[in-house]
Amino acid sequence: MIVDKKIKILVVDDFATMRKVIRNLLKQIGYDNVIEAENGQIAFKTLQSQQVDFIISDWNMPTMSGLELLKAIRADANLAKTPFLMVTAEALKENVVEAVKAGVNNYIVKPFTAEVLEGKIAKIIESI
Amino acid sequence: MDVRFINPFLEGTSNVLKTMAFIEPRAGKPYLKKDSLARGDVSGIIGLTGEVKGSLALSFSQPCILKIVSNMLGEEIKEINGDIKDAVGELTNMVSGVARKKLEAMGLTISAAIPTVVSGKDHSIVHVLGGPSIIIPFEIDEGSFVVDVSLK
Repeated sequence: MIVDKKIKILVVDDFATMRKVIRNLLKQIGYDNVIEAENGQIAFKTLQSQQVDFIISDWNMPTMSGLELLKAIRADANLAKTPFLMVTAEALKENVVEAVKAGVNNYIVKPFTAEVLEGKIAKIIESI
Repeated sequence: MDVRFINPFLEGTSNVLKTMAFIEPRAGKPYLKKDSLARGDVSGIIGLTGEVKGSLALSFSQPCILKIVSNMLGEEIKEINGDIKDAVGELTNMVSGVARKKLEAMGLTISAAIPTVVSGKDHSIVHVLGGPSIIIPFEIDEGSFVVDVSLK
């Protein structure tokens, strides 16, 4: 399956540097259509006004965490089906279980390479 | 400090830098540090609690961190700015995450706090436990950095 590299990706992370790092990794694998939000609340607002095809969100953020954002998206009829990739600093089993229950499509543990990110995105897109 | 705790941090640091900054740092011989003076110009420190307690710091010389963050962002950074401090916090977080995963495999469950970042010549690193810490020195072509860890 060929993945459409023109999809609009929303990167959510409270660290500006990490957003830039992810943007840089996405650019390396051909995704140029990227927008950013600095926390879950801003991301959710952005989603109300813009069509987004894919979300990559950090787990740990003040002012609406990644998990809270995921739950809000899954509860919103217009956004519920948006693919969601969660970024975490550690793959704690209880966190993974909680995210899966909340409807996450996949998760990625920091640090990660562009190739791993590419694989996760492709896997999610192929599965929907 | 138990010497078994050193390897997870050594391997964690190499793994994070290799993955995020495409740099393979060269590790030197660990040694004991008795003062609180930071060995670098900018440092990230994070508290650890659980079956192992203490703190972990990463302290970078300026040329070293400029090269690392420039590689991470794909753009040249010439001075220690907000991006650099953000990145040091994130690197500290990631090294702690990878090391904790390795310690977990040894049967030790540990949680981490939120990292803080300090910069400037001759700043201090105050470990949660106080007392001496273990330094794991690293080098890249552009400069040096250390992992400064104190655990019990």
